Amino acid sequence: MIEVATRNKLEATIVSINGDVDLYSSPEVRKVIIGLTEKKTPVIMVDLSHVSYMDSSGVATLVEGLQQSGKYNGKFKLYGLGMAVREVFELSRLDKVFDIYPNEETAFSSLA
Amino acid sequence: MGNRDQSKIISGEPFVTHVSEPVNTITIRLCSDPKLLKIVRAGIAHLCELAGFSEEQRHRVTLAVDEACTNIIKHAYNGATDKPILITARLIENGIEVVLRDYGKKTDPESIKSRDLDDIRPGGLGVHLIHSAMDSVVYDNTLPDGNQLILKKYLRKQRSDSLEEIR
Repeated sequence: MIEVATRNKLEATIVSINGDVDLYSSPEVRKVIIGLTEKKTPVIMVDLSHVSYMDSSGVATLVEGLQQSGKYNGKFKLYGLGMAVREVFELSRLDKVFDIYPNEETAFSSLA
Repeated sequence: MGNRDQSKIISGEPFVTHVSEPVNTITIRLCSDPKLLKIVRAGIAHLCELAGFSEEQRHRVTLAVDEACTNIIKHAYNGATDKPILITARLIENGIEVVLRDYGKKTDPESIKSRDLDDIRPGGLGVHLIHSAMDSVVYDNTLPDGNQLILKKYLRKQRSDSLEEIR
């Protein structure tokens, strides 16, 4: 079962996902992320360090979040990608489209 | 998972190992419920491990099979969660073969194309990921009903047989 939690830190809202993101669970992730973009959350960071598997449904959800936040000039960043998740982004050639950081610290450093 | 959900995993007969069942073959019958995809991934990953694939290659094969199941659920069955999917995976010489069978809306193989990756938008990546991950992807549209997809991955890449004809 997937867990999706949010917390605020400085100017960012961090979305922490725990579990596999696939066709079954991606609607839960989408609900949270799109909820934040509808509120025009200025900085959204998605913590993927506890995601061991992601398929195209999960990638599509993140693409939607990126595009929706872009409509109001919000920032949408990802961090903590493991091998399997990073590979899906690379195979999709989306690793250059997203702002991807190794961890929370480097993601926040990028805001400075 | 309650008993009600468990009963949906198996459609018709239970997992049966026949005397004549080929060695190194697993057959997974499931209904088209996305919550069951994790079970498919676990089975395929383990067979890939037996085949000797690296962790990266195991992930790629698992991803391809997961994406193929997702396409069946979304396109062949239009999201219905109670339709049958039959997956037969076996070790072959120098790799693995996975055959996915559904009984839903027939798909024209000519219409199945990867989308332009420069077109950044949600969705449409599944076919691209399947082709990126596997050495051979063959759509068999000769069956009277439904669709069959045959995926192969080799430990050491052989000649490309992605264009091989269905005999």
